[in-house]
Amino acid sequence: MNRMRSRLTLASHDRRRAVAAAGLCLLATHPLRALAQLDTTPTLQARIATWSAGKPLSLDDGRQRVVLDVPALVENGNAVPLTVRVNSAMRGADRVLEILLLNELNPQRELAWLRFGALSPRAELSTRVRLATSQRLVALVRMADGSQWLAGADVVVTLAACVE
Amino acid sequence: MADQRDTSTPSNVPTTAPTTAPTGATPAPSKVRALVFVPPDLRRGVPAQVRTTLGHPMESGQRRDAMGQAVPQDIVREFEARFDGQLLLAVSLYPAISANPYLAFWLQLDGPATLTLDWRGDHGFAHRETRQLVPV
Repeated sequence: MNRMRSRLTLASHDRRRAVAAAGLCLLATHPLRALAQLDTTPTLQARIATWSAGKPLSLDDGRQRVVLDVPALVENGNAVPLTVRVNSAMRGADRVLEILLLNELNPQRELAWLRFGALSPRAELSTRVRLATSQRLVALVRMADGSQWLAGADVVVTLAACVE
Repeated sequence: MADQRDTSTPSNVPTTAPTTAPTGATPAPSKVRALVFVPPDLRRGVPAQVRTTLGHPMESGQRRDAMGQAVPQDIVREFEARFDGQLLLAVSLYPAISANPYLAFWLQLDGPATLTLDWRGDHGFAHRETRQLVPV
């Protein structure tokens, strides 16, 4: 009941945005899934497959090699702080070449694509992203030794970013 | 390179420069604001975080205006950080990056160097910031 009332308040407060968000949610709603890391939407699966180009893609090996740091719950999907970090010496074979940040349910799968030069001391970037709805984010990492890594993070967004 | 204002030449802002844009030409993005924070106590061989914010709407192309017309996409697409011309980090930005794109990354100095930051985007948008970095 309480929840319903707060929704009504939202609609009267900003009806246009709420109606548009509701329309999008009808298209895109899915329950946040349990932690099978590769359990994502088909379009994201396809994008990951394109990127990995048939080479093996490993889940984080438990040493927190790839860290995708986003708040689990955000109120405003217009600016969600996001940090991606790969624990790497950034030397020789243990060097990060590129990181691709993807999402499941925005209009476009990509968030950002990073390429690190030889001078980069640390494979880490912080930025702010728009998220259309609650979804899973994925970071794909390619190392100089040819290995490829994947990490995911789930975000719950209470106010969508699509239309605002 | 519509805006080449560098902090190294703040006295060079000419008051006599023509303030009117040439007629017929598309107006250049002349009022670009960029904030670049480099830690003041850079040390040799110690990684340091650089934080940058660029004033830009990052119009996603997904919105509609009051008349229901789609607002055309206008985003920054590429960011590059270079040390004396050598690549430190390149980032491709997509519409999912928030307005006024914030990017924070790491660098490490072995000696004095020039840090060059380049943003490029739709409709010929280009902005460059340079910083002379001298480790203590």
